Amino acid sequence: MAQDIGFEALAEDALLLRFGERIDSELNARVQAAAARLHQRLPQLECVPAYASLLLRFDPSSWAADDDAPHRHLQDAVNAVLGENGTIVATPREQVIPVCYGGEYGPDLADVAAHCGLAADALIARHTAADYRVAMLGFAPGFPYLLGLDPQLAVPRRHDPRQRVPAGSVAIGGSQTGIYPEVLPGGWQLIGRTPLRLFDATARPPSLLAAGDRVRFQAIDEDSFRQLAAAEPR
Amino acid sequence: MSVSVLKPGLLSSLQDAGRPGHAALGVGRAGAMDGPAWQLANALVGNGRGEAAIECTLLGPSLRFEQAAVIALTGAAIAAHVGNQSIPLWTTCRLPAGSVLQLGGMTHGSRAYLAVRGGFDVAPMLGSRSSDLHARLGHQHGRALRAGDVLPIGAAEPLRGPALGDAVRPLQWSINPQPWFDFGGRTLALLPGSHGHLLDQASQQLLHGAEFILSKDSNRTASRLDGHTLHLREPLELISEATLPGTLQLPPSGQPIALLAEAPVTGGYPRIGQIAAVDLPHLAQRRPGDAVCFRCSTLDEALTRLAARQRRLGHLINAIAQRLEHA
Repeated sequence: MAQDIGFEALAEDALLLRFGERIDSELNARVQAAAARLHQRLPQLECVPAYASLLLRFDPSSWAADDDAPHRHLQDAVNAVLGENGTIVATPREQVIPVCYGGEYGPDLADVAAHCGLAADALIARHTAADYRVAMLGFAPGFPYLLGLDPQLAVPRRHDPRQRVPAGSVAIGGSQTGIYPEVLPGGWQLIGRTPLRLFDATARPPSLLAAGDRVRFQAIDEDSFRQLAAAEPR
Repeated sequence: MSVSVLKPGLLSSLQDAGRPGHAALGVGRAGAMDGPAWQLANALVGNGRGEAAIECTLLGPSLRFEQAAVIALTGAAIAAHVGNQSIPLWTTCRLPAGSVLQLGGMTHGSRAYLAVRGGFDVAPMLGSRSSDLHARLGHQHGRALRAGDVLPIGAAEPLRGPALGDAVRPLQWSINPQPWFDFGGRTLALLPGSHGHLLDQASQQLLHGAEFILSKDSNRTASRLDGHTLHLREPLELISEATLPGTLQLPPSGQPIALLAEAPVTGGYPRIGQIAAVDLPHLAQRRPGDAVCFRCSTLDEALTRLAARQRRLGHLINAIAQRLEHA
């Protein structure tokens, strides 16, 4: 597990583990597995997974060895942990995200379907058929970057980004799909909206999704959207 | 105990040490842009638990203290008055009930810290009272202070010393800001960045030595540096990776961007350098139009300087605590 990892000291308190340079579900799975194991064995580290890399933040004074830079010392510890036998069975959580597609909830659905040469129903069927993985959270608190989009649904970002994308919007940007947790500016194409609240700083945990989670989308109608939205804490 | 905001100033927000440990959820650290100045303001009022202070930007707020309070101002050289009386900086000052503290412009620097004994006691969010203006986390959804806001002050033992009358009373000593505040436009130490070696030769020379100008497009998230355009030898398409405060990015425009306290947790621009943590507060104090110069540094040097600063800061905070005991 420890082979082929590039280490880079990014800052006084930060070491980056690079597993590759591509957006790829197999690489990302290695990142998640390493994060799970390091979180278990070296809980004093902050682990920040991305597509193909894992950032570790640490207290340099607690990793300083006599003549050794703390990064070197930490790198040895990481190599030891990742080189251990046995695999951490990180059973990914499976999350089902209900989505009301199209209409006012997904104002770009028709354009995206036209761009992909699909009927709207066929686009929804493909978007709900896929098995997604949360590669990382970023951009805004709780914003999931999802791997697993059907390549035929890839569509360029909008030329004129919106100033206010509604919270819960399910969107496609390039070959990625994601969900806006809050009202945010954004340039991805909006195809639907979930009534679920993705991020609530006062909840434990604050984020509905975590890196490594499996995600499926389930199409719902407007009535269900309203009922589910009313049941969500606000 | 509370403080009422009469005028908000240009951009005033509650800040503390920030919100470490949540980057995996997409939550950045935020926190004070000038950490040592924030810590010393707290030390000067006898706060020892990382209490939130007000970070003022370029033009400070006007505040009414409904009860008697003990305050301290550090960081940028800000004009501060109660009535006609000027309030000294980098020291402890007692204010009687009803005092209106008028904070004005800054002659040096761009961020001043106002601490109050007991701290501004708003509800913490994910372990911090820091306002993350970009992610809208913190008091009042992380927005800047507005006129009419009322900020509660935490309970604290009264400060020793003579009983408070109607007078504004600064202590008769202050700390020397010189080691903590950069009056002279110091050159900032820059550590190598992942993609710095991909800059063309002219750009590498400019990066280490040329004078950049802090753009007015600067905020708590990032400062854009104008004056020179840098180029990679060939375009680079990167996938998003974690980013940090202090990361110097190069977007396609060629104008470097220094990420600051509210740095996003991931980004996809080439990283051409990392500003030494010990010099980040100095960058945070630059004003739009100020010069910014970098010199080539190493991780070892940055770690040594950071450890030395932390030692000095710890000693000074202990010395302040002892002086306050005998105030």
